[in-house]
Amino acid sequence: MGSSFPPTRYSVIAGVGSSDPALRRVAWNALVQAYWRPLYKYARLKWRHPREDAEDLTQSFFARALEKSFFDGYDPGKARFRTFLRVCFDGFAANEWKAAHRLKRGGGETPLSLDFVSAEGELRGLEIEDPRDLEAYFQSEWVRGLFASAVGALREECRSAGKLLHYEAFARYDIDPPPEGRPSYEQLGRDLGLPASQVTNYLAWARRRFRAIVLDELRALTATDEEFRAEARTILGVDPG
Amino acid sequence: MSPLSDQSVARLRQALEEPELAGTRYELLAPLGRGGMGSVYRVRDRELGRELALKVLTVEGGARAVERLRAEARILAGLEHPGIVPVHDAGLLADGRPYYAMKLVRGVRLDVFARSNPGRSALLRAFESLCEAVAFAHERGVWHRDLKPDNVMVGDFGEVLVLDWGVGEVGTPGFMAPEQTSGAAVDQRSDVHGLGRILETLLAPDPPRALLAIARKAAAPDPAARYASVRELSQDVARFRDGEAVLAHAESLLERGERVVRRNPALFALISTYAVVRTLLLLLVR
Repeated sequence: MGSSFPPTRYSVIAGVGSSDPALRRVAWNALVQAYWRPLYKYARLKWRHPREDAEDLTQSFFARALEKSFFDGYDPGKARFRTFLRVCFDGFAANEWKAAHRLKRGGGETPLSLDFVSAEGELRGLEIEDPRDLEAYFQSEWVRGLFASAVGALREECRSAGKLLHYEAFARYDIDPPPEGRPSYEQLGRDLGLPASQVTNYLAWARRRFRAIVLDELRALTATDEEFRAEARTILGVDPG
Repeated sequence: MSPLSDQSVARLRQALEEPELAGTRYELLAPLGRGGMGSVYRVRDRELGRELALKVLTVEGGARAVERLRAEARILAGLEHPGIVPVHDAGLLADGRPYYAMKLVRGVRLDVFARSNPGRSALLRAFESLCEAVAFAHERGVWHRDLKPDNVMVGDFGEVLVLDWGVGEVGTPGFMAPEQTSGAAVDQRSDVHGLGRILETLLAPDPPRALLAIARKAAAPDPAARYASVRELSQDVARFRDGEAVLAHAESLLERGERVVRRNPALFALISTYAVVRTLLLLLVR
């Protein structure tokens, strides 16, 4: 997933409006990858659409956004991109899709290859009553997607650089420690066949790379430096509002 | 891979923000707080075996923020005063973020201290100590620009320390002076405004008029109507504490009488007793 992102410091938002077809395609894929899952889950929870309808809505939204260049109208001075995108999705669901859906289910476009089955599994029967919680949910799903993408990119980087032990240390300590809690550096070292001091170094390296990848992907998913900083603050737990 | 659980996302968020202390003499103990520019952590200095506070630039900080954090460290290092938290070390972490290490202040924030009902006298003493530290910085050409109760700590022995000399361009709504909001020129009177707002928050409901007048003069919207310096503000507070007339308030004859009585209760009791005895004697002689 991480490999689908354009190179560092390149804005996907600018890329989807590019006149270069190759660049536009890469940017579009990155944007779809970052947002389809939060949008699908949002549709399932907000309007309680059946699975098939939520899948169709998500597919139709991206197809129509590409066709009609929805995102060309984004003004970074007015809102963050993810807020703009969600508002576009709300509008599309309430008007265009509703009308089209009455006429012809599915829309007829070539569907994107999206793993709706796994997204459905992640919903785990979640119910959200308060619309404000839904906004927070959309945001948290977006962050989850961003982190998952960065973890994937880090794993690929470690694999190709022969640093799988670095990734293993990171995975066992930061991503998915055992149910009884995080292991000590000594324990982790014993598990991986490394001295504890080496575990510290491996972990520090992996965290540094993870941080860099997340920030790169975040830069790619934002249009301006101001938006990037605001989103970074959000991801780190402080939303300036 | 399987989707990230909520716990995994929380741990990764933490891993993103945690400073990378590999290669330094510090060991991370716990996060203490986060501001607009930096996060502060409790760390152990392994060389000297003591705990310190480590301020690190937030992850998203750009080149300008890097320079601001370094400037803050240099400013703090130049302000040696018991009321200003001392800096012990500064540098760059392996992750490229600048940091500085400072004394770990143990105590409570000024607003928490005020809520513990320490009494007006103790509160005014703390406020005067705060003014002392700020006035010291002003004499060296440094304005704080973000004075508020959160940035003032009262230690276990009543010592007062002013934190977060962030050379910030943005203050905190409710405490920052109007000229900061409008982007006009800022000088020491902007800090006088912040101190006035702090004093207002420290006062119990229905405070003495003279004290309220001091706070309001300090926090006046027009800089020209405020005390010209923090020292002037502090001196007026000291006058109030000593039962003297304050510059901020033109008292009535009755208020003056009350103040004189409050200031000299023994003398007033003696005069009253004398007057009663004298009256009684006059009545008896008749």
